[in-house]
Order: sequence, then C-alpha cells, then structure tokens
Amino acid sequence: MVDQSEAQAIAIPAQPAPARASTFSWAWIGVTPFLAFAVLFLIAPTLFLIVGAFQDAQGHFTLANLADLAQPSIVRAYRISLEISITSAILGAIFGSLIAAAAVLNGLPGWLRPTLLTFSGVASQFAGVPLAFAFLATLGRTGLVTYLLNTYLGFNLYSTGFNLLSFWGLTITYLYFQIPLMILIMTPALDGLKREWREASAILGASTWQYWRYVALPVLWPSLLGATLLLFANAFGAVATAYALTGSSLNIVTILLFAQIRGDVLHNANLGYALAFGMILITGVSNGAYIWLRSRGERWLK
Amino acid sequence: MKFLELEGIQKVYGPNTVVQDFNLSVDKGEFVTFLGPSGCGKTTTLRMIAGFEIPSAGAIRINGKDVTNLKPNQRQIGMVFQAYALFPNMTVADNVAFGLKVAGQSSEAIRKRVGEMLDVIKLPQFGDRYPYQLSGGQQQRVALARALAIKPQVLLLDEPLSALDAKIRLSLREEIRSLQRSLGITTIFVTHDQEEALSMSDRIVVMNEGRVEQIGAPFEVYNFPRTRFVASFVGTLNILRGKVVDGASGRITIDDQQVIAGRSMGNLQNGEVRSVALRPESVTLNGAGEKRNAMQGIIEEVSFLGAVVRMRVRFRDNAISLDTFNNPGAPPPERGAPVTVSFQPEDLLVLEGETH
Ligand SMILES: Nc1ncnc2c1ncn2[C@@H]1O[C@H](COP(=O)(O)OP(=O)(O)OP(=O)(O)O)[C@@H](O)[C@H]1O
Ligand SMILES: [Mg+2]
Repeated sequence: MVDQSEAQAIAIPAQPAPARASTFSWAWIGVTPFLAFAVLFLIAPTLFLIVGAFQDAQGHFTLANLADLAQPSIVRAYRISLEISITSAILGAIFGSLIAAAAVLNGLPGWLRPTLLTFSGVASQFAGVPLAFAFLATLGRTGLVTYLLNTYLGFNLYSTGFNLLSFWGLTITYLYFQIPLMILIMTPALDGLKREWREASAILGASTWQYWRYVALPVLWPSLLGATLLLFANAFGAVATAYALTGSSLNIVTILLFAQIRGDVLHNANLGYALAFGMILITGVSNGAYIWLRSRGERWLK
Repeated sequence: MKFLELEGIQKVYGPNTVVQDFNLSVDKGEFVTFLGPSGCGKTTTLRMIAGFEIPSAGAIRINGKDVTNLKPNQRQIGMVFQAYALFPNMTVADNVAFGLKVAGQSSEAIRKRVGEMLDVIKLPQFGDRYPYQLSGGQQQRVALARALAIKPQVLLLDEPLSALDAKIRLSLREEIRSLQRSLGITTIFVTHDQEEALSMSDRIVVMNEGRVEQIGAPFEVYNFPRTRFVASFVGTLNILRGKVVDGASGRITIDDQQVIAGRSMGNLQNGEVRSVALRPESVTLNGAGEKRNAMQGIIEEVSFLGAVVRMRVRFRDNAISLDTFNNPGAPPPERGAPVTVSFQPEDLLVLEGETH
C-alpha cells in the first residue's frame, strides 16, 4: 500500500522549469583559477610524465624505460615502499580508529576530545625534516628515549635489533602523522552513528559485538576504507620525511625518483618518468579498488 | 498480579530529580499513554522500562519477574523510537529480521515471520527497499514491525508519530491501535499531544515535572481532572476568576454575575477569589432555559472552523470561548451582539489553590 499523501504528491503536475535567461553562468569565473591550476599543475605534468615514460632520450617511442623498472634495485624499492605504506596505513587506521572511538563513544572528560582533535590537526601535518629530526632526537642511536631507557632501565633498545633507519623505524615515524590523520577523519564518521541504532539493536536482543558486526562497522565501512586508502597514498608519496631520516640508506621509490630528478648518480630522466608512471599506476589501481569496494559496501546510501 | 508494574520509581541526575514516586500497574493487553509537557520525564520513565536507564530507586516487574537491573537485550521488549532508528545499511526485510537473527532463529523461520510482519504493516512488496527509499510514515511502520517481530512482552513507543505530517499521523494512530488490539500486546505510548492520548488510550498517565498527576481512562481524565494541571493540560479550557459567595452551596460570582459551581477541588471559603474552569463545549449560546447557570455577555470574536463555530464572549474582566455546531439555517451572531450563555453547575469546576 502506498501512502495516500504520496500518491497525491505524485499527481501534482510538475512546475514548468524557469526559462534560462542566458546559458552563461558567472560561476564559471569563480572556478576558472581552479581549472587553470588543475590543467597546469596536475593534468599537464601527468600527461608529460606518462608520455616521457614511453620515450627515449631522443624522444622516440620505447618500452625500454618500463623494462628497466624490472631491475632488482627498483623492484626492491617498490616493494619496500608498498610494504611501508601498507603497514603504516593499516596500523594507522587501526590505532587511529580505536583512539577516535574511545574519544567519541565513551564517557571521557569533556576537555579531552577537543584537545585530541587539536593535537591531531597539528600532528597530521607534522612531517618532513622536523619530524625526522624529532624522531632522531628521541629514538635515534643517541636519542633521548634510547638514552633514558639504557641509563635508568638498563634496556638497550638497539641491542634488540631495532634501528630507526630501517623499515620499522620509518613505519613508526610515519605512524606519527598517520594515526592523527585517521583520528581526524574517523571522528566525524563515528559521530554519525546514531544512538537510536545502538539502542534499537540492544532492545532487539543484540550484544554489543553483534551491534558492531551488523550495524556500526557496515555503516562505517566506506569511511574506514576511504581513510585507509588516503593513509596509504599519504605514505606512498612521502619523500621528505624518509629522505631526511634515512638519507639513501633505505631505498624507497620516492627517494629513487628524487635522485633521478636531481640528476644524481645514474641520471636518466626517462627512467624517472617511468618510476613516476609506476607510482601513478599503483595509486590508480588502489583508487579503483576503493571505488569498487565502496560501491559494493554502500548500496544503501542515497 | 498486574502484567507490568512500576513501583516507587525514582530517577535522579546529579542534583535533579527528573522522575519521582512513580507507581503504575498495567494489565496484560492494556494500552497506556504517558502524557505531559516537554521535559516532564516521560522518555526517562520509558527508558527505565526498556533498561537504557537504571532507576535510582524502585522496582520494575514484567509478568512477575523483577527486571529492574536487567540489560535491555535481556528484557524481551519491543521499542519504537521517534525517528531515524531503522538500520540504514539493511533492507526493510533485514531490519525486521534483525531481532530474530541475533536470537539465532533458522533462516526459514525468519523468512516466514518477516513475511507475516510485512503483511501486518501492509508493506508486503517493500522488503527489498532501503530505509532511505521510504516515507517517514512507512519507516515508522517498518520500525513497528521490527519491534513486534520478536514477539515482545511489552511494546514501548516514544512519540513515534511526532515527526510525521498531520494526515499520516492520524491514519497511523488508528493503525497502531488496531494492531495493538489484535495482538493483545501490553503497550506504553509516550506523547505530549493530548488529542493523541485521548483518542488512543485505555488509560492515560498525566505527568508533570517528574510526577504522576492523575491516572485514568480518557473519559475520566478529561471530565474529572483531579488537579489543576490536569484540568488545564488535557483539552481546551476556559479559566475564569470567581469570587466565592457561599461555599456550602457553591454559589460564586463571576464579574458580579451569580452562578453555581457544582464541583470543586478543595473547600471553598466565603469571600475568597478562585480560578474556575469551564470547557468550551459545555456552554450553550442563548440556551433555552434547560441549563441552570446563565450569564450575559457580548460577542467579541467569531471564528468559523467549518463544522464548528468558535466564539468568544466577554463578560467584563473575564471572557470565555464556546463552540457551536455550524448550522446553515442560523448564521452566527455578529461581533458586538449581546448574548446569553448558559451551562450546568456540574460543568463549572473550581480549581485548587489561589488565583494568580
Ligand atoms: N542523561 C541525562 N542527564 C541529565 N538530565 C537528563 C538526562 N536525561 C534527561 N534529563 C532531564 O530529565 C528531564 C526529563 O527528560 P525526558 O526526556 O524524560 O522528558 P520528556 O518528558 O520525554 O520530554 P519531551 O516531551 O521533550 O521528550 C529533563 O529535564 C531532562 O533535561
Ligand atoms: Mg521525550
């Protein structure tokens, strides 16, 4: 049965659309700078890169650059980059979500939440040389925490095999901005969970776990997925932090690319384009996967 | 033993007592409404029955079993919220199935029960829709089906119609009531709309500032209010200032015209000024002598409401509204026309307390 009022609403004849006075909208003037910016600094360079990846130094078409990506050192760089990005994205997503959930859902004192959000806002943008320096000064071989642990607790961090200039060192350093970024994104998403949903599920007999399993997580899923992907891209494209921290002792793709562009050791601009093209491809695939997963996870959204 | 019992319920938040000394016994299958102004503690009391809040004092029993400290998911209660409570990520069918699924019922049993419930709410083809694809009225019907699917012992509804437009509200009101009757389910309905309360309930609990003012059938609460609050909150009421001439016989004067008040809250002292209440529908215009109180006044305002014509008659300091049925053969009097109004002594109720 259809509500009567709806049936009536449908029967009301549509208002004639107001005649367009002119086809030109002044709003175009507002977005022109953005469009120009996008073309100049995003689309054009990307096309340039892609074209360059398929050219040799003389400008002839070649697949040699892409073939060169198969060198062991470059494959290793991609692998390390992916590993660090995926690990730091997943760990950042887990810890960030848990912290956001604790701040939003539980009866913590009122001042805690704004404090956490302000801190996260700052920390999520804290990267590059200052961040690398901060970590060297705390967890480096002669860092403050390393020193305090050693002197007062007799615990030698570096004897456990830990090294800040390593995979885990870089991952931990990245987590410094990944976790706060996740907190910033997930807080509004968690706020969007309505109290009625939790109460309705409880009164229908569901346990807390069942509420999360069947209601809260499915509702949060698109945000969680999107945020994790953003974290991945964030880590994958980072160069300054890694470079400042490890120099070239840990070869990730962006550092390799940086070296090519700066005209270091084995200068080959077209190989650099191919490296960048590979990164664009990986980012593109992960975005595609995101869109696909998301469209499956949110059929229920408008 | 009554089916649902609230005994000496109290709820305190910090320094505020928001519900106090609440006693209520509900029969199996009864439809009881909590009626009162915003903030009077209706929702808080309902949430204590549901288990979302624990009473600061008192006990709640369902079917003889003390549930005061049970978790909501152990009480087997159905609840319909004001709005937006359907799970947005599930279809209508999955929403209705939710309580059965978490209870571990077989998918065959669930499918059957969901089909029954969708038929009951007259949305059999809507099983595959998502909540956002439904109107507000349809959403509330699905919420009702979801609550009833688990065959709850008690059904709680917290202003389930207040977010809907007037027409749907009216039809859904009847639908809920007839469904409740046919299932024989014990129901508590919360509203601040007195018309809703009067038209739906077996009994009404009128609440004010965390207290029960009166519990009774709609007829009782409307015609025989026990407190000033109930008299003024339930229904439209004319309140006049009267001076007591002779307390024993109920003789009072209103703007120096003498009338007899047949009912009163508390004793009348000769000479004191009290508020007196008179329902618009008990007053007859130019009534033909069969009513024993008559007063002279002037028509101040006439509003034509369709079936009913509402008029305002001024005496001197006091004025009353009265309703007459529209009669095409007799147009209503003009503004400024002198009229006589009449009413019975028992329709005039002297309220408790001083006037202000
Ligand atoms: N968690 C709480 N903490 C403190 N005070 C509360 C809390 N919940 C409700 N109150 C207070 O208790 C009083 C009663 O609230 P309640 O929601 O029961 O009113 P209500 O009768 O349902 O009103 P409405 O018609 O507006 O829904 C209000 O004054 C409210 O501010
Ligand atoms: Mg309420």
